[in-house]
Amino acid sequence: MAAEIALNIRKTFAGRVPITAALTLPLDPPSVMILFGPSGSGKSTILRCLAGLEQPEEGTISYRGHLWFDTATNVYIPPQARELGYMAQDYALFPNYTVMGNVAYGLDNLSRRNRELRAVEVLRLLQIDHLSQQKPTQLSGGQQQRVALARAIARRPRLLLLDEPLSALDAPMRARLCKELRRLLTQLAIPSVVVTHDWTEALALGDQMAVIDNGRVVQTGAPQDVFSRPETADVARVVGIETVIQGTVRDIQDGLATVQVGAVALTALASPGLDSTVLVCIRAEDVTLELIRSSENSARNHLRGTVRAITLLGALVQVIVDCGFPLTALITRSALKELGFAVGSQVRAAFKAGSVHLIPH
Amino acid sequence: MNWTAIWVTFKLASLTALMLLIIGIPIAYWLAYSKWRWKFLIESVVALPLVLPPTVLGFYILVAIGPHSPIGQFYTELVGHPLPFSFQGLLLASILYSLPFAVQPFAAAFEQVDRKLIEASWTLGLSKLKTFVKLILPLSTAGLLTGVVLSFAHTLGEFGVVLMVGGNIEGVTRTVSIEIYDEVQALNYTGAAKTAAFLLVVSYAVLLVVYAMNRKVWAAWPQKLR
Repeated sequence: MAAEIALNIRKTFAGRVPITAALTLPLDPPSVMILFGPSGSGKSTILRCLAGLEQPEEGTISYRGHLWFDTATNVYIPPQARELGYMAQDYALFPNYTVMGNVAYGLDNLSRRNRELRAVEVLRLLQIDHLSQQKPTQLSGGQQQRVALARAIARRPRLLLLDEPLSALDAPMRARLCKELRRLLTQLAIPSVVVTHDWTEALALGDQMAVIDNGRVVQTGAPQDVFSRPETADVARVVGIETVIQGTVRDIQDGLATVQVGAVALTALASPGLDSTVLVCIRAEDVTLELIRSSENSARNHLRGTVRAITLLGALVQVIVDCGFPLTALITRSALKELGFAVGSQVRAAFKAGSVHLIPH
Repeated sequence: MNWTAIWVTFKLASLTALMLLIIGIPIAYWLAYSKWRWKFLIESVVALPLVLPPTVLGFYILVAIGPHSPIGQFYTELVGHPLPFSFQGLLLASILYSLPFAVQPFAAAFEQVDRKLIEASWTLGLSKLKTFVKLILPLSTAGLLTGVVLSFAHTLGEFGVVLMVGGNIEGVTRTVSIEIYDEVQALNYTGAAKTAAFLLVVSYAVLLVVYAMNRKVWAAWPQKLR
């Protein structure tokens, strides 16, 4: 019996690009799979098919070898029997129940006493036990998100499905809850599928990632690898960030962080709550290149390197520079002609500190 | 005022509203959630009493439950007296006559419950029936109340159907509206006026409850008066 979720489906909505997706998610050890893609790419629909809320026209979904859905043999296990935790984008809290009532709602197989004990336990885990008698409308966005999460995990689901879990929050709240969510997912050890269009969330939360574009899975792999090594120009366009590399925060001063990446020290804007280990992310279009003619000193974030590869991507050219770590730059064809460099040229790569994003890892 | 007629009327209206609450909920649930493509056929049947003259509806009910119909014969054998011109016959007719007044607000309320909440309930393991009882019904109380009160008020004022199916039997099927008609026929305008005023006040009060519960009355007021 394969310890994985396998999905291979086709689903069409009138007037939309048909979704034809094939995915597997290993379940042992439990990991977090990110479905990443622009809005309208079909990632939420794939999640809803996993939940049993949508039925594909054709295909198979299995969980640990058990068929959840199969058009060939006419199998459809309804969401009630899939033992899921599903969290919708806008949380869908029940307005007629208190926080306590929401969290205990799915526990009606337990006795009244055990139901309450379990609900309190989950509320404590998410640090919202003081809100138990409030109604959802009295809560802030961040609190609502935690209640929805508490409700989803209360039944000890064997699969957690989160649809844009952080997108309804404002930016500072999102950064904070993102970190908490990662910690919670690790602690719970429930296999999870998270839909997001935000690359910082994908990097912070995911162990595995599938990039969805126009209804198709275009690349899968560890988020860091997918972001730093998009296999096609389409994926590069969707992920929109090419250099993702592990680094260590050495120092934070005046709002600037000094990050050690291999032998190179980079400067980045410091965001609150940074751990020492971070992922350093630089978009290729934020990197400028020039040929090195004299042996001048390197200023902040001016890195000397050797051109390793040049790839034509339509009107643009992708240049990979080895400057202690592989750095991807995106320049125009005319710039390439003007600069006149080739594989092996010594170049200087530069980017602003504001273009370096640090993600706790 | 004829208190017997008032008693018959209120008994009829209350029982009709109660029966419609019981019968109307499953019909409304089916209308709100069924994906059957010919659903509109049933929807139209339910709405028929809204447009049909009460005498036409009363006539068909009378024929359907009369001594020559299978239903009428079966009922007579079972109970010992025929259904037409009895309180039970009148109740049946009232239920059919007020059906849309209960079912339509019920169905509208069920349809207004956010689909995402229902889906959340399913993923939490609750069957469709449990989801209905624990989530949809509590979120539809305003619509249920509207349906019950409207069918009650509608039954208070029914005339044509009562005359066709119930007749005019004192203490059994003579309702307030028939009473007023009789008073006018007898040129007793004072009696008619009293009974009419009574019906007007009660109907108005009932509707006040509905609109106040739905807060439409507050919504129409200027902000500073709230």
